[in-house]
Order: sequence, then structure tokens, then C-alpha cells
Amino acid sequence: MMHRTSEISLFDARIAAQAAGVAVRKLDPRELVRNPVIFVTAVVAVLSTVLVLRDLLGTGGSGVGVSGQIAAWLWFTVLFANFAEAVAEGRGKAQAASLRKTKTETAARKVASADATTHQSVPAASLRSGDLVLVEAGDVIPGDGDVVSGIATVDESAITGESAPVIRESGGDRSAVTGGTRVVSDRIVVRITANPGESFLDRMIALVEGAKRQKTPNEIALNILLAGLSIIFLLVVMTLPAFADYSGAAIPVAFLIALLVTLIPTTIGGLLSAIGIAGMDRLVRFSVIAKSGRAVEAAGDVDVLLLDKTGTITLGNRQAAEFIPVGGIAERELAEAAFLSSLADDTPEGKSIVALARQRFGFDASSLDRGGLTFIPFTAQTRMSGVDVAATDTRIRKGAPDTIISMIGSAGRDLTLAVERVAKAGGTPLVVARDGRALGVVYLKDIVKPGIRERFLTLRSMGIKTVMVTGDNPLTAAAIAAEAGVDDFLAEATPEKKLELIRTYQAEGRLVAMCGDGSNDAPALAQADVGVAMNTGTQAAREAGNMVDLESDPTKLIEIVMIGKQLLMSRGALTTFSIANDVAKYFAIIPALFIAAYPQLQALNVMGLASPQSAILSAIIFNALIIVALIPLALKGVAYRPADAASLLRRNLLIYGLGGLVVPFAGIKLIDMAITTLGLV
Amino acid sequence: MDTADILQIIVFCVLLVALTPVAGGYMARVFSGERVLLDRVLGPVERGIYRLCGIRPDQEQHWTAYALAMLAFNLLGFLLLYALLRAQSWLPLNPAGMAPVLPDLAFNTAVSFMTNTNWQAYGGESTLSYLSQMAGLTVQNFVSAATGIAVLVALIRGFARRSARTVGNFYVDMTRATLYVLLPISIVTALVLVSQGVPQNLDSYTVAHTVEGGRQVIAQGPVASQEAIKQLGSNGGGFFSVNSAHPYENPTPLANFVEMIFLLLLAAGLTDTFGRMVGDRRQGWAIFAAMGILFLAGLGVAYWAELQGNPAAIAAGFDPAAGNMEGKEVRFGIVNSVLWAVATTAASNGSVNAMHDSFMPLGGMVPMVNMMLGEVVFGGVGAGLYGMLIFVLLAVFIAGLMVGRTPEYLGKKIEAKEIKLAMLATLTLPLGVLGFSALTLVLPAGLAGIQDPGPHGLSEVLYAYSSGTGNNGSAFAGFGANSLYHNTTIALAMLLGRFLVILPVLAIAGGLAGKRAVPASAGTFPTHGGLFIGLLVGIVLIVGGLTFFPALALGPVVEHLMLGTGTFF
Repeated sequence: MMHRTSEISLFDARIAAQAAGVAVRKLDPRELVRNPVIFVTAVVAVLSTVLVLRDLLGTGGSGVGVSGQIAAWLWFTVLFANFAEAVAEGRGKAQAASLRKTKTETAARKVASADATTHQSVPAASLRSGDLVLVEAGDVIPGDGDVVSGIATVDESAITGESAPVIRESGGDRSAVTGGTRVVSDRIVVRITANPGESFLDRMIALVEGAKRQKTPNEIALNILLAGLSIIFLLVVMTLPAFADYSGAAIPVAFLIALLVTLIPTTIGGLLSAIGIAGMDRLVRFSVIAKSGRAVEAAGDVDVLLLDKTGTITLGNRQAAEFIPVGGIAERELAEAAFLSSLADDTPEGKSIVALARQRFGFDASSLDRGGLTFIPFTAQTRMSGVDVAATDTRIRKGAPDTIISMIGSAGRDLTLAVERVAKAGGTPLVVARDGRALGVVYLKDIVKPGIRERFLTLRSMGIKTVMVTGDNPLTAAAIAAEAGVDDFLAEATPEKKLELIRTYQAEGRLVAMCGDGSNDAPALAQADVGVAMNTGTQAAREAGNMVDLESDPTKLIEIVMIGKQLLMSRGALTTFSIANDVAKYFAIIPALFIAAYPQLQALNVMGLASPQSAILSAIIFNALIIVALIPLALKGVAYRPADAASLLRRNLLIYGLGGLVVPFAGIKLIDMAITTLGLV
Repeated sequence: MDTADILQIIVFCVLLVALTPVAGGYMARVFSGERVLLDRVLGPVERGIYRLCGIRPDQEQHWTAYALAMLAFNLLGFLLLYALLRAQSWLPLNPAGMAPVLPDLAFNTAVSFMTNTNWQAYGGESTLSYLSQMAGLTVQNFVSAATGIAVLVALIRGFARRSARTVGNFYVDMTRATLYVLLPISIVTALVLVSQGVPQNLDSYTVAHTVEGGRQVIAQGPVASQEAIKQLGSNGGGFFSVNSAHPYENPTPLANFVEMIFLLLLAAGLTDTFGRMVGDRRQGWAIFAAMGILFLAGLGVAYWAELQGNPAAIAAGFDPAAGNMEGKEVRFGIVNSVLWAVATTAASNGSVNAMHDSFMPLGGMVPMVNMMLGEVVFGGVGAGLYGMLIFVLLAVFIAGLMVGRTPEYLGKKIEAKEIKLAMLATLTLPLGVLGFSALTLVLPAGLAGIQDPGPHGLSEVLYAYSSGTGNNGSAFAGFGANSLYHNTTIALAMLLGRFLVILPVLAIAGGLAGKRAVPASAGTFPTHGGLFIGLLVGIVLIVGGLTFFPALALGPVVEHLMLGTGTFF
């Protein structure tokens, strides 16, 4: 069951109302200065307001109508931009709120050492990295950490949404616990690994809060481009009075300001941080926590995906596909023995053996006398499972070939051949023996997940190479790789080999993404450009990766890549749209400014706007409203369909480039008609 | 429309396309240090120069050292030229007895030739001695062109190299550009021009008595040698005041055609050099195509505008079929004048064979727009392509974001640093053109140079500062540029337009050279296809258009519209 935080509607009334308040608070110059384009807008808004006030006092209110409205719309422009950011933050916070709820003040039982008998009660927020705490059944774990002693079941539904408790124990790959989750049974001692304010939840909450958000590299580059464009337009507008003066035209300052604000890229400038926050938010909705925005951006650039075979490419469990008898045994006899020995085996493999035997020979479990059967469960010591049948006094065992062979002493030639055959085909052989004699081999087949082949095809069209990582031998690995349609595979993988592979790809200039959970994955996770740690994994793995998947679903790498791409695309598309808009604004404003000096410039008034005043006002109103109109797009991200770069570019250029050219012509004309009808000018 | 005109344009284009890979391939070999045919002759000369100057050709430079060498070399060239101009009356080869050039004019001229602008605020035949022309201007014609090529080559290496610290050796690139590229082609061209009747002598001016009994002084001198490099090196500084409209600079249709081809030859060829050196010739052709589209679009508009003829002249009884012939050489007619005008401004050359001032408003706007686009439509040798590559970076950045990847070009990631430097270079044009034009229009000293009233006067100012900042050097005529104010401000515009672009370009080269290359995949969008060419053309037009639309609206656009209502200037 996948867990998705409930979808928040794009204009949730509560969030919108809150955001409106925040938008006003964000007028604080210290906040505004973070965004150069909007800062410039705010500065000229102040300037035009001062001018309007001066005129009001000087003339007693006559003739400030249009400049007053321009000043008002300039403020709206700034507020709309703030509002966009506030809405995105609000949604992100709402998303995180359910997680944060768990971070209420709890008391923690601090202990001096893992075997100490006394403890000291301290507030959870005061815990520092390295502190040891005792957590017993019913307690909330006070902070992120590692189990250093004991074993317990933990309810992690608060962060994963998965209701079944999971086991957490010291040592091994299941030792990490997350603050805010609840211990259901037993007691553990946890070493805290995060200082106050540094836990996953804290980091994630910080990522969706604009003020604390660090700009990502591409965002910085884009900001520079936008600032550069703003400076160019500032030069254009500042030199214009000289040209106008020479041409015998006088331009009111308010009109110059209007021209400046419509030209500088306020649309993308106003929406830029909303886009970034919304990108984080989309990840959170996928139950993935990114530790930095940089990681999300890098995900969009990934060229190589390292995917673990088991659980990602194949179903985690293998299924019985064939019974291969040896030594003259009938297939039915082998199937019956396998059937009996698997009746109590609840693993998916065991169930699949029962199902296959029933399907092939129609065995019926209900007619059996279960009383005479003693089931032997699988243990780590014996490494085999089976059944003792009292009625016939037989003992049936099944297990890995080497285990069974060492039990019965020797393997016949046909048994060895059968085992090899299964391994070559990419399967797992399971040997069944009765009373010390091998009956045959059950062919357990790796089942490639349905639909995974198509996903790899999609990834290939996006230019992403998929590499399957498996501990299987090269023969088996090749068979499964071919079936799943991955581009390459790493067989007999060890953590060292994995790390080396990542380095090789990186040396070629490729960006590598992988996911992992065990402690021995930590170096590879740290080396990969995008390392997604499974939440069920060790603390070391979670520290090494730059994202954590709360649901521990390795296939999610693919979604993460798409979210990263969508983030960049949204920025690019809205930048293109914003710049393309300027053409129409010029055609609205330039004739309006100079028509008194050169009536012939009416020819440039292609929109047929009613008057110079209405033209300028329409342009500035359009400029402000387009920010609001595009907030949903900024929050949702532009539509992304996996395709190669050329067709993506063609499509986006058509929609946002051409659209950006055409839309404002219509928009400004409509606004002009509206304000003329309303008599605003 | 005349079939012969169209035919000539087609022949011109075909020849240019055909010569591009020839010139490009040759230059790629020269700058990769490979063996070329001329090695046997020039190799010893080259090695001699290195020994004489103490240059170690195998010692490569970090971009900062490369930039410093470039600046020092240019400064020295400037000082020498300035001194020569100021002292020409005491130096030999001055048969016409020219006086020292005044300080502001000497400053302007020295800057002009050092920056490959060749803005001429002076009349060559009435101001300069032969020594000044030959040892001063012609030398700068060579080395300023070579500087442009060297900077470009450094940038190309930035793209081509992986994780490298250096971008080449400035002195070696300079030497090889001059010795292997500019000199040999100039010598051949000069000989062709001499065969067409261009003078090449050191004689005094001839005094002739015309049939009407008038007395005419016929200026002459070492014209052919300067003419060749003037075209080839996108310099444009003519021997005579009227430049290539003068029969001694441009005597025959063949000479005219050859000069036009040479005007674009190296700039076009360098696109292929770029493609070859980065290991993917399609990239070079894509840029060539973008430049070609802009070139043909400008040519089409200007040709159409000039064919229309001046409504006023037609009303006065002129034959409308003749088009607008004011200010044009009857020898060349409309197509050759327009083709030259578009090519010369596209190529940052600035030589003229007609008076752009007398073009129709829209016809005259095309050369101006060509300069305002940043001289990237082929552009100056080297300068045009590195200017275009700045636009390529911007185009790639926006396109890259739109396909959801960190933008990359030729495998190099385009990041904040590159965008910062590219924007810095992009800022020079509005700063130089709009800034100085606005200053001129508010200062009496600036206004004094304007000859015509109204929008046409504004066009003259815009043209002058576009020409200066764009390092073009062509003039709109009619504009009185030889004053203390204009000599100074135009010189500043030229310096700004040259070095405020070169320095960011070299910094980009250095940064790119140090980067690893990302292998291309289906996720990287191809930068050699029609889509990218279209995007690049669009970005060049949008950036230029958005920057200069208001100024153009008050100049040529309104003039054009007023023409329709019977008002002209």
C-alpha cells in the first residue's frame, strides 16, 4: 500500500487566507532583497507612491488618477509575487504538519550507558547527538538515532503511513529509528544521532520554508540571468527620457516606471521560489524527503540509474516454475514431497510451490491429515525447512543446493546438472530430499515486475541508462537483465564493486542515482550524485544518502528523476513565457508614450488600445494578473511526459514561447476594453 | 525585382557557403598547430619571431595570463599608433606634407584601429601620411583582426578541452593568425585588386587638368595592400574618406565582388573552424545557418526598402523603377550597395560602398540593427563568433531548463558563472549604444554633431554609437563625428564594446576548459538541428529587439512611418 499525504487542493481557502497575510509580511525589505526582480518592482512602487502623494498634496488630487492606479498595481505585482511564494510555503507546511505533529514535546529517558539501570528524565528537545535514551513499549522515540541495544517493534505509521509495525534491533541493517515513531513492544536503547533542529523532519520543513531555503545552483544561474535582463531594461528605461526629449515628447515618471516593471521579468521572478518550494512539496507527497534542493535538481540531470535487482526490477520473492526430478523419481513424487514440505511455509516461495503442485497434480491440502505432520521451520542454523510425516515415518527437507547436498553427503550427476540448468536460466534452484535422498530440484524463478520493461524503455527515451545491480552470478544476471530490458548489469555485486562502478560512470561525466539501505551501501550512497536511502535502512545509509524514501520503495527513483526534471522545466518554461510577453507590452506602451510627439506611431498600436493611459494601465494590470494566473502552473509544475530532449523542447517552445508571444496581445486588449468600459481612465 | 540582382545574391551566397569549409579547415589546422602547406616557407619565419621575442610556443597560458598578454599587446599597439599619428609630420613617407593629427582625433583613431572598429573620424587622403597608413593603420588592421581570432580560438579550446588549466598561448595564436591566415590571403587579394586597377604606390598626389579646364588633385598611395586587409580582417578603415565607394578602392564589378566575399570569408570560415576544433562540424554549420538566416533576412528587408524608391523623389518625377539611388554609386546600383551594406554591418567590417545615411529609413535600419544585435551575424573575425557563442550560451541555458536538465553545450555544463559572464558581455551593447546616445542627445556638445533634424538625426546618433560599441566602424554619413566630444565618447564606446566582451569571453573560456564533459544522450537536446538554429535566431532577435525597440521606434521606424505621410528629413 502506497502512502500519499492527502492531496491539498490548489486553492485551499485556509492556506490562501493565511498566504494573503504572509504576502503582506513579506514586504519586509530584508526578505524582498532575496529576489532581485521583485525587489526592483518594490523600489519603484515606493517611488511611484511618493510621486503620487506629492502630486496629491501639490494639486489637491486632480490628475493623479492613472498614476495612482499604476502605483496601486505595482504594489499588487509585489504582493502577488509574495502571495505565490506564501501559498507554496503554506502547502508545504501543511504537508509537513502531520509529520511535525509528532514532534510535540516529549520527555526522554536519558541513560548513561546501554546497560545502565537508572535514567534521568529530560525534554526531548534538549537531546544532543551521542546521547543515549531508553525507550520502552508505548514511548515515542524522542529523536533520530540508532538502536545500540535490544530489539523492539516500532510503529512508524506517523511517517510512512504503513500501519504494520516494523522490527528494529541493534546491529545489522535494521537499526535506524526515526524521531516521532512509537515503540510498540519491548525496550531498546537508542543513541541519538541528530542535534536539535537537524533531524529529517526539521530539514524537510526548512526546505519548504522560503526564508530558510537555500537556492539551488540552477536557480542561482537563472536569478543572474533575470537580474541581468533587469539591468538591461533599466538601461533602456533610464535612457529613454533623453531620446524622448530629443523627439519632443515628455514622459511622466509614472509611465516610465510602468514600462520598466512590465519589461523586467516579473512573472518568472515572482514565481521562481514558488516553483522551487512546490518541487520539494511534490517529493514530500511521494513520501520522499530530500535533504537539499540541490539533490532534487541533480535528480533531473541523472544519466545512470543503478537499480537493485531484488525488489526493484523483480518481485522480491521468487516463484516456483518447474519441478525437475532426478535419479528416476517421478515428477509427481517430487511435487508431492515439495507440496507437503511447503504447506506450513508462509513465505511467498513456499506458497508458490504449493500453488504449482496443486495446479500440476491437483493435490488437495484440506484432505490431508495434518495431525500426523510435524513442520520444521526454516532457521538460520539449519538453513533448511521441511516436514516429518508420522504416518510413513519419512522426513522431507528442502533448501539451497549446497545445504542439502552437504546433509545427504553427495550429489548425483543429474542433480548437479539440474541445479546448473536452473541457475543458467536466471532462476534459483531449491533441492528437495526425502530421508537422505535427493528427489529433485524446484525451479524458483525471478519474476520481473509487470510493466517494468516499459518503464525502462521510457527511461531510455529520456536518455537515462539503467544498470541492474545484483549479487547473482553473471549468467543469471544476464538472463534477468535481458528479460527486464535494462541497459547493463553488475553481477556478483559487492559494496566495493558498486562504489567502483559509480566512480567509473562519474569519471565519464555522468550523474549517477542509486538507492540502498544497508550500512555497506553507505559509501556508494554518498558517492552517487543522487543517493536515495530507504527509511527501513541503517542510520549510516540514511546519513549518506541525500534523500530518504519513507516508504522504502526503490522503484521510486524513477519518479524522483521526473520530479527533478519537472522542476527545471517549470522554471525554463515560465522564463521563456515571461520574456516573450515583453513583445506585446512594447507594442502597447511605446506608441502610447510617443503618440503625442509622433502621431504616425499609431501604426504600432496593433492592438487598437483605446488611449495612451488605458494602454499603459492595461499592460501593468496584465503584468500583475499573469502572476496570479500562473500560480497553479507554478505549483503543479508544467506537464511532463517522458520524451527525448528535442521533442520536449519543441513542445515547450511552442506552448510557452509562442504562447508567451500571443497571450498578452489578447490579454492586454481585453483588459483595455474592460477598464475603458468601467471608465477607469 | 531584377533577376540579375537575385542571381548575384545567389552566386554570392553559394560562393560563401563553398568557401567556408575551405577557409575553416585551413584555420583549424593552423590553430591546432598542425602542418599546413605554407609551413615550409613560414615555419622558419614563425620560429624566428618566437626566438626574437623570447616566446616559448609550447608554454600554454591560464586564461588570466592569456588576457593580460592580450591587453598588454593591445595597449602597446595603441600607444605606438597614437605616437605615430601625432608625429607623422616629422617622419618620412609624407609626400603630401600632412600635419600632426590632433590629440582627440589621434586618440579616437588609435582606439578605433586597435579595437578592430576602424571608425574613421578623419578623411584618410587629407589627414594621414603614407607612413601612418602603412605602418600605423595597416599594421593594426592585421593585429586587431588577429587578436579577435586569438580570443575566439581560446574560447573554442575552452569548449574542446576537458579538465584543462590552460587555453593556449596568446602570442602563438597571434603570430599564427597573422602569419598563416591574414598575410598570405591579403597578399593574394592585394595583387588581384591591383590587377583590377587599385593603385599601390608611394607617389605624391597627381594634379590633373580636367577637360573643362578645372584642376583636380588625384589622391593615391599604397591602397591595394590596405584594401585587402581592410576587408579580410573586418576592419573597414578605407584609404580614402568615402571608403569603397572610391573608384581607386573599388574600381570594377569584379573588385567589388571580391571585396564583398572577403568581407565575410574569415568570419564565416571560423564557424567551421569552431566545428572542427570541437570535434563536431555540425555545430559549426548550425551557427553558420543561424548567422545566414539573420543575414538573408536583413538583406531581404533592405533590398525591398531600397527598391521601393523614395516617394518624394518619385513625386518629383524620378523613375520609380530605379528605386532609391540617392547616395549610391551608379556603378554598383541597388543590389550591390545593399548587399555590401548588409554584409559590412553584419560582419563588423564597416567599410562602405554607398552612403547608408541616404538609404530609405528601413533600408538604413537594417545595417543599424545588424550592429545592435551585437555584430554576431558573421561579425568581425573572431569577434562575431565569440559574440554569437555568448548568445548560444543564453539560448542553451533557457532551452536546457525547458528540457529539464542542467543546461549544457558541447558537453560542458552552463552554470551560474558562465551566465554571469555572458550577461556581463551582453550588457555592453545597451550600455554603449543607449548610454552614450542618450548622453549625446542631452549634451550640447553631442547635439552639435547631428546634421539632420527629427528622427533622422536620432538615427545618426544611434548609428554612430552602435557602430562604435559594435566595433563596426561604418558611419551613417551626415554625422559630424570629428569633435572633441564625439572623438572621446565614441572611442570610449569602442573600448567598452571590445574589451568588456573579450574579458568575459576569456573568463568563460578558462572556466569551460577546466570542466569535465558530459557525454551526450537522448536527454541532451541536439544543438545542431533546425530547432536550435531557430531558437538561437529567436534569442538574438529578442534580446536585440527588446533592448533597442524604443530607440528604433523613435528613429528609423517613425521616420519610415512619416515617409508614408509625406514628411522626410
